[in-house]
Amino acid sequence: MSVLEPKTSFQRIFLPTLAWTIAIIFFFPIFWLVLTSFKTDADAVKPEYLFIFQPTLENYMNMTENYDYWRFAKNSIITSVFATAFTLFVGIPSAYAMAFNPSRHTKDILMWMLSTKMLPAAAVLYPMTFLTKNFLGVFDTHFLVIIVLSLINLPIVIWMLFTYFKEIPKEIIEAGKMDGVNTWGEIKDILLPLAWGGVASTALLCFIFCWNEAYWTVRLTTTEAATLSKLIEGNRAPEGLFFGRLSAVSAAAVGPIVVLGWFCQKQLVRGLTFGAVK
Amino acid sequence: MAGLTLRNVAKNYADVNVIESIDLDIKDGEFVVFVGPSGCGKSTLLRMIAGLEDITGGTIAIGDTVVNEVAPAKRGVAMVFQTYALYPHMTVYKNMAFGLKQAKTPKDEIDKRVRAAAEILEISDLLERTPRALSGGQRQRVAIGRAIVREPSVFLFDEPLSNLDAALRVQTRIEIARLHQRLGTTMIYVTHDQVEAMTLADKIVVLRGGNIEQVGSPIELYETPDNMFVAQFIGSPKMNFFKAEDLTKKGQAMLKGDVDRLGIRPEHFTTTDVKSALVVATPDLVENLGENALVHCITEGGMEFIVKTTDLTKFKQGKKIGLTADKARVLGFNSTTQKRIG
Repeated sequence: MSVLEPKTSFQRIFLPTLAWTIAIIFFFPIFWLVLTSFKTDADAVKPEYLFIFQPTLENYMNMTENYDYWRFAKNSIITSVFATAFTLFVGIPSAYAMAFNPSRHTKDILMWMLSTKMLPAAAVLYPMTFLTKNFLGVFDTHFLVIIVLSLINLPIVIWMLFTYFKEIPKEIIEAGKMDGVNTWGEIKDILLPLAWGGVASTALLCFIFCWNEAYWTVRLTTTEAATLSKLIEGNRAPEGLFFGRLSAVSAAAVGPIVVLGWFCQKQLVRGLTFGAVK
Repeated sequence: MAGLTLRNVAKNYADVNVIESIDLDIKDGEFVVFVGPSGCGKSTLLRMIAGLEDITGGTIAIGDTVVNEVAPAKRGVAMVFQTYALYPHMTVYKNMAFGLKQAKTPKDEIDKRVRAAAEILEISDLLERTPRALSGGQRQRVAIGRAIVREPSVFLFDEPLSNLDAALRVQTRIEIARLHQRLGTTMIYVTHDQVEAMTLADKIVVLRGGNIEQVGSPIELYETPDNMFVAQFIGSPKMNFFKAEDLTKKGQAMLKGDVDRLGIRPEHFTTTDVKSALVVATPDLVENLGENALVHCITEGGMEFIVKTTDLTKFKQGKKIGLTADKARVLGFNSTTQKRIG
C-alpha cells in the first residue's frame, strides 16, 4: 500500500518548495505594491530601498486629502452594489426559466449570451461614448455605470445560476406547483432557499467583477460617477509615474475587495469549482 | 371526491406522438393503475391529469369540470412523486403544511389536518425533522402525508415504490391499499411492476406506445387478455405462445380458423402421458423457488418455455414429458393481428 510507505524526499522537500515558490511569485507584486505605497515617490524608484526604507503615510494622507478617495470609493460601492442587485434581479428569473422550463432553443440562447462576451469591448467604444454623451445624456452618471456593469456580467451570472439551478430536482419545483405556489413563490420559497449557496457565490463574484471593472468605468465617467478604477487611472501622471502615490491608490482600491474575498473564500472556491466535481 | 373522464386525450412534442388518443372513464373512488413498459406514456398521462404537462388534444374532466386549462393546485388532485420531492429545507410539518398555507387555510385547521395525517401514517414523532434525517420509507410516508392533508378528490401516484427496497415496497404497497380503503378516494397509480398493478388495482389500464391496449379488472386481464402483449405483460412468468410445430397433433387440432398460436400460462400446465399431451417437451433447467419451481423446457420444435409446478418428481432433466392444460385455460391468438380469438 503506497499510503503506508514513508514519503520520499521528493514529496517531503521538493513539492512544498515548489508550491511556496509559485505562491511567492504570485504574491510578490501585491507585496511590492503595498510596500511601495509606504515609500515616498523618490524612494520608490530606488532599488536599494526595495525592502529597507523609511516608511511614510504621506501617500495615503495625500490620497484622502487631495484626491477625494472616499468619493471614488462611494461610487465604487454604489455602482457595484446596484449592478450586482440588478444583475441578480434579471438573472435569477432568466436562469430559473431556462433551468425548469427549457425549450428547444435554450441551449442556443445560452450560447448566444456567452458569445456576447466575445465581442471586443474596444469595437464598441466609440458608439458607446458618442451615444451616451451626445444622445442619451447619461455619460458619467451612476445609472450608466450600473447598466453597463450589469450587462457585462449578466451572461456569466445567468450561466452560473443556470448550473446551480440545474442541480435542483425538477420534481421539487413541480411539487410546489401541485401545492399551489405561483412562479414568484417557486423562486422565493423553494428555489432560493435551496440554491442559496450558489446564488451567494454568484453574487459575490459578480460584485468582484463590478468592482474591478476598469475598461468602461474609466472611459464612460469623468468625475460624477468615477470609481476607484478611475482614481488609479487618474494618478498616471503624464510627467512620469509616481510609484508611491500610485501604489497607495491601488492598494486602497483593491483593499476592500481583498478583505471581502478573504472572508468569503469558502463560498468563492465552491462557486468557481462548481460542476467540476459532481 | 370525483371521477375522471378522458376524451381523445393526446400529447405530442414537436413531431413525436407520446400519447395518440386516449379515452378513459374512471369512476369515483376507483383505484386505477396505469401499467406498461417504459416509454409507453403512462407517466406523461398521469402528469397531464396532474396539470404538469400541457394537453395537446382532447379533454380531461375531473368530476364535471374540464380541467385542461386549470392550474395543478386548482384541480383538486394531489401527487406523490417517485423521488418523493420533499422540500429539503423544511421540516416534515412544514412540508405537509406548505400546500395548505398557499391556499390560505387557517392555522389551526392546518395544524389539525397535518396532525391527523401524521397519525394515519404513523409519522407523528417525525414532524420536527428535516427530510435529510429520514429513511426512504419515512420520506415516502411524508410525501403521501403531504398529499393527504390537501384532501384531494383524486390521488396521483407516480411509481411511488420504485425507490424503496423489496421488503419496504411490499409493506408500503399494503399501506397504500389500506389508505384507499380508509379514504375511499379515487386513486391513479403508475407503475411498470405488474405485481403492484395486480394487487392494488380495481381497474388496470395497460398502455403501450401511447395507446391503451386494454382496460379491465386484474382478473379480466389475467384470464381474458385482448391481445398477445397484454397476455405477456400481465402474469409472471410470462405466458407461453406455441406455434404449430411446437404442438402435438392434439394441440394442433386446437389451431382453428385464424388461430395460429396457443397461449398457456406457466402455472396452468399439468403433466400427462405423451399421447394425450398438447405439448411434448424436454426439461432443461430447474429454478426451485421452494413453494414451487420454474422448469425451463424445450419443445420438439426447439422453442424454450416455462412450466410452473409444485411437483418436481415428474420432471427429469433430458427426459421427454407430456404437458397439457385445462381447455378453458388455453387461449387462441392470431400472430398477425396479435389479437385473441374466441
